[in-house]
Amino acid sequence: MTHAVTEGSVMLPAAEAEQGAGVYNEKLGMWIFLLSEVMFFTALIGSYIILRFSNPAAWPAPGAVLNIPVTAVNTFLLICSSVTMVKAFANAQDGDQRMLRIWLVLTVLIGASFVGIQAFEYNQLIGHGFLPSSGLYGSTFYTMTGFHGFHVTMGVLCMIYVTAKAFRGRYTPDDYRGVEVIGLYWHFVDLVWIILFTIVYLI
Amino acid sequence: MATIAPPVEHAGHPLVDDRSFIRKYIFSTDHKIIGIQFLLMSLLFLLVGGALAMVMRWQLGYPGRPLPGGGVLPETMAPGGVVLPEFYNSLVTMHGTFMVFFAIMPLLVGVFGNYLIPLKIGAPDMAFPRLNMASFWTAVPAGILMVAGFFVEGGHASAGWTGYAPLSADPEYTGVSAGQQLWCLSLIILGLSSILGAVNYISTVINLRAPGMTWFRLPLSIWSLFITAILVLLAMPILSGALIMLLFDQTLGTHFFLPAEGGQPILWQHLFWFFGHPEVYILILPAMGMASDVIANGSRKPIFGYHSMVFAIMSIGFLGWIVWGHHMFQSGMNPTLATSFMISTMLIAVPSAIKVFNWLGTMWGGSIRLHVPMLHATAFVAMFVIGGLSGVFMASTPVDIYIHDTYFIVAHLHYVLFGGSLFAIFAAITFWYPKMFGRMMSERLGKIHFGLTFIFYNMVFFPMHQLGLHGHMRRIYDPSIYDFLKPLGGLNRFITISAFLLFATQILFMINFIGSWFRGRKASNNPWDDTGLEWTTPSPPPHGNWPVTPRVYHRPYEFSSPLVEEDFLPQDRELDTPPARAGSAPGH
Repeated sequence: MTHAVTEGSVMLPAAEAEQGAGVYNEKLGMWIFLLSEVMFFTALIGSYIILRFSNPAAWPAPGAVLNIPVTAVNTFLLICSSVTMVKAFANAQDGDQRMLRIWLVLTVLIGASFVGIQAFEYNQLIGHGFLPSSGLYGSTFYTMTGFHGFHVTMGVLCMIYVTAKAFRGRYTPDDYRGVEVIGLYWHFVDLVWIILFTIVYLI
Repeated sequence: MATIAPPVEHAGHPLVDDRSFIRKYIFSTDHKIIGIQFLLMSLLFLLVGGALAMVMRWQLGYPGRPLPGGGVLPETMAPGGVVLPEFYNSLVTMHGTFMVFFAIMPLLVGVFGNYLIPLKIGAPDMAFPRLNMASFWTAVPAGILMVAGFFVEGGHASAGWTGYAPLSADPEYTGVSAGQQLWCLSLIILGLSSILGAVNYISTVINLRAPGMTWFRLPLSIWSLFITAILVLLAMPILSGALIMLLFDQTLGTHFFLPAEGGQPILWQHLFWFFGHPEVYILILPAMGMASDVIANGSRKPIFGYHSMVFAIMSIGFLGWIVWGHHMFQSGMNPTLATSFMISTMLIAVPSAIKVFNWLGTMWGGSIRLHVPMLHATAFVAMFVIGGLSGVFMASTPVDIYIHDTYFIVAHLHYVLFGGSLFAIFAAITFWYPKMFGRMMSERLGKIHFGLTFIFYNMVFFPMHQLGLHGHMRRIYDPSIYDFLKPLGGLNRFITISAFLLFATQILFMINFIGSWFRGRKASNNPWDDTGLEWTTPSPPPHGNWPVTPRVYHRPYEFSSPLVEEDFLPQDRELDTPPARAGSAPGH
């Protein structure tokens, strides 16, 4: 700090150190937005817990309706996409453009296949007559997994945008904000899925 | 953080504005234009909401008589000018919906959050200007969808602004399907708009404060908008989640809120009020903050107890999350739980009273300037006290069981939402109008508008306490069919006539608002002799606000400071000799 501070004075020098959170705007904004997302999923998961506790008979045994092995593979894929995201971020920091692009493309592909497998799963379930109107089980299953799938889809679309920018060499070791910010969102969506997979499929 | 250039005239970017008309006024990323866009939109909805209330009041005052001019309404709403019961239900629902979501909330958060935050913290714009534009342009389709509901088959949503399930969840109960779906969809989109706005406000206040603008040098308006933005950020997604489930119940045949397949109507109430009570503070905290700014200015004194004001805002913001059950005392609840909600609700009276006493302490011994904003701000304090006190009545479960769902609730709600929020909004609009449009509003017309509004407002809403204590139920179509309400017919007509006068008085405000825009006296940079940063830039401020980032040396509200000759010390004025003053906090 270059300015002298006069203790107990009404007129203090402009203190640059007071400014900001020490985080650039986009990252701060994403963290704040994720807080809002936490509350959104809290509304869905909280309702699920209340409905299930007060009416346990409406839930069949785990695995009776849903195909757990397929979704377990899908869960594994999504966790892998978090790993590829971390690798992309690390390469953005190092400035390795080639590896950054490879890892981003991998993340996009894995994310898209997660959505694809989920669409396949929905198709199968609907074919067996399991619909959103099939009791509380169907209502909560489709709403929760559906909105998660919607979040993954949005993430994939944004990730394609970031990847396109990476192919134009827009991320340097000095400025890799886009990669970091989409990474935060991606890990959040991944984390939500682990919770949803546990409470909707396994328990 | 890069060092700031010394304040040389026209240093930094020269603020040349070469944007096209569309970029400048329609798809603008300038926080000031977006604020004004929100202002015009929400004033329009305020008018619409008011007009709906007039139709309701006619039916309550003169049940079954044709509404004057009501012949223009279609057969499905009011055949021959007589309001149909189904249409009356839509009126109740849409008056509440428009006023809460499309008038008061955007007026406070959308307008002044946008307009004041960058100008008062010394920032050139918001942290995310394009996101800000997106926030406004998602609110517009939400408004269009909400208005469209009136024109679809089956009429508009009619389950009340609280949309209680199962009434709202199954079209069979109200006969409304498309209207109710549009209602859900519109509010989901509006929620997205609010969340985008909140992300922007919070990031801006955290990251874009000018050098020297420490947390405890922020004006109270900014503190309250900051805490409000946090409430919006965390409460709106709960409503969105609930509305999505409700929409799915209506369209996809899910069973969240329908008891036939194990769904729970009370779950809707919990979700709605878990959002709804923070929403109550979203609707009053910015009003409190802006009234604080105006009262300090009008009293020519620093705000009394600045720090306690900040902590009161924070504690109201926190307590707002643990009181939602007091809306549900009659929904069936363990009495022990009801007691805990009762106590937490009553606790809110403590920070609220701190604020009221601080406002009085600010005015006490001040050399008061009764300009129009100050008149509205003092009315705000007085009316908020009445609304706050009736709130304590309702918080106590035994009293609530008696007055629940009566006009006492309607009276309380309007004392805080009209008497509180709307008077503070009038104070804020008249106070910052010169900055927004570069012209002064007419002081004489403003005083007439204030006086008549204050009188008619009390004539409308004070007797509603009496109606409520007599057991007059709210949301009823025709009070004249109940024997025990027959003696109240005269009071109902009195309220109706007062309401028409109150509505007519607002024409004065419209004339003043629109007329001053074109004909008003040119405003100087600082017409109110205020200390805030926004008054150091031209009226209206240019794109980018300041040629160089201002530096802040003082706390807000340094009125009647002994350090300067004038009776106000702007926050950015650097004094030659920094005089030591004992007891003042160093920086924050």
